[in-house]
Amino acid sequence: MKVLVCISNVPDTTTKIAFTDNNTQFNAVGVQYIINPYDEIALARAIELCEGGKGTVTVINVGDASTEPTIRKALAIGADDAIRVNAAPRDAYFVAKQIANTAKDGGYDFILTGRESIDYNGSQVAAMVGEFLSIPSVSIIKKLDLNGTSATLEREIEGGKEVVETPLPFIASCAEGVAEPKIPNMRGIMSARTKPLAIVEPVEITKVAEVKSYETPAPRGQVKLIDAGDVSKLVDALHSEAKVI
Amino acid sequence: MSVLVYVENAEGKFKKSTFEVVSYAKEIAKQLGTSLTALSIGNVADSALAELGKYGAQKVLSVSNDKLKSFVNQAYASIISSAAKAEGSKIIVLAASFSGKGLAPRIAVKLEAGLVDGAVELPELTGGKFIVKKNAFSGKAFAHVELTSEVKIISLVPNSYKVVEHPETATVTAFESTAAESDFGVMIKDIVRASDKISLPDAELVVSAGRGLKGPENWAMVEELANLLGAATACSKPVSDAGWRPHSEHVGQTGITVSPNLYIAIGISGAIQHLAGVSSSKVIVVINKDPEAPFFKVADYGIVGDAFEVVPQLIEAIKKFKEVA
Repeated sequence: MKVLVCISNVPDTTTKIAFTDNNTQFNAVGVQYIINPYDEIALARAIELCEGGKGTVTVINVGDASTEPTIRKALAIGADDAIRVNAAPRDAYFVAKQIANTAKDGGYDFILTGRESIDYNGSQVAAMVGEFLSIPSVSIIKKLDLNGTSATLEREIEGGKEVVETPLPFIASCAEGVAEPKIPNMRGIMSARTKPLAIVEPVEITKVAEVKSYETPAPRGQVKLIDAGDVSKLVDALHSEAKVI
Repeated sequence: MSVLVYVENAEGKFKKSTFEVVSYAKEIAKQLGTSLTALSIGNVADSALAELGKYGAQKVLSVSNDKLKSFVNQAYASIISSAAKAEGSKIIVLAASFSGKGLAPRIAVKLEAGLVDGAVELPELTGGKFIVKKNAFSGKAFAHVELTSEVKIISLVPNSYKVVEHPETATVTAFESTAAESDFGVMIKDIVRASDKISLPDAELVVSAGRGLKGPENWAMVEELANLLGAATACSKPVSDAGWRPHSEHVGQTGITVSPNLYIAIGISGAIQHLAGVSSSKVIVVINKDPEAPFFKVADYGIVGDAFEVVPQLIEAIKKFKEVA
């Protein structure tokens, strides 16, 4: 069995987000980068399913050379090998095209991603890759089990869940519940340095979207404190002042 | 040339988020001087389809087919794409719901379209450009994304655009499914919906609690408060990690991002990752016994006090308010 896991290189969750050049560029100064937390869940499940010689896990990242520490981290966690598509990930369409192009002749039984990256929050790549490869895509899953030539997935829906069965190959985007992220052990960290990391060049496609600028949310006014002994004042304020109840 | 809006239903009924996308798409159509066509897939009554006229749809295409009664991602994407082609639509709008997030990217590839997933405002249309504001960095920022492709797709975050009435007479027409047999690879085995629960991503009011509640056995008062208000319940990451509450209630940077009218946070200190998930809430109330809790810095109203004393009092106060109102 061969599994491909798509990983994104994102700012650590504790990062204070700021921008430069008139709010057109993300300020990466002093920012620590990590594997996108949802992708770590996908990676953990892929490793679990391949344990005991049942298969191999390949990770793929679209990024320049600066993302290699993140790729090595994935190898330390337990991926067998890695592919880096040597290009800045300019938008989801571009990234999905690169992944699909690399995966199409790879013979993967299934492909996993995280539900979305925590930087651009597109949640687009998985379903786009599915469409590029003409394979089923299931977005935002909470559970994944294999049964021979098919897989049973639990998908989140508003106010509940849906259980679906899909034939292999397929692509799914993983959310919390699919697996617990794994922490690399010493042996993993040592072996990560020598595991294969292939670098492939991107295919060019027409640009469809571009970030023109960013903004941070407007700060809120001063908090209005209400005495703990007089909570009815809060109810009054929410009704007559904030008008939300 | 009409704007096409995909109108999602849940068990044959439209939700508020559907009327939001119709209102949003109508405003875009108006600004571009064109008409609005809605597309419905699944078994929805003609009367419900005609009601979309109230929010500005002039034409409603309806695909009614037992095979398509429940959401089949690939088949739905094929149908929406062919409807867009048939209508000559260059702009497609849908909700950033769980289904919408699966659909929009597939449609984008089929139509070679740029996609903004998670729009929070109307597009800026000055100077022939098409720029859409969306959530980025999980609520810590917004990005303004220009779509440069001929066909453009926008998915709209629930509760970020108001339902606006714009009465039109909607003509309902049947639309033939164009889905291929190969689009039906994924089979639905079971759908489990907690009918008494309000869905968190759509909720207008949210009551959320954190580690300050000390244990899962203390959630009864959170649920009572939520029920009284008609609110969804939510929690912080440590709470869902500890298994006190399901992951589907986890709000924050690695959980669900919400934008309700009111977010009440009980016993949550306000770590940066949690604040990211709630920053677009319109009004935030924080109840915490620690006056130094960072959450107070981003709150509109705060009560410094013990949740186990404040929440029961708040429940009583709301009961009294409901009696009078």
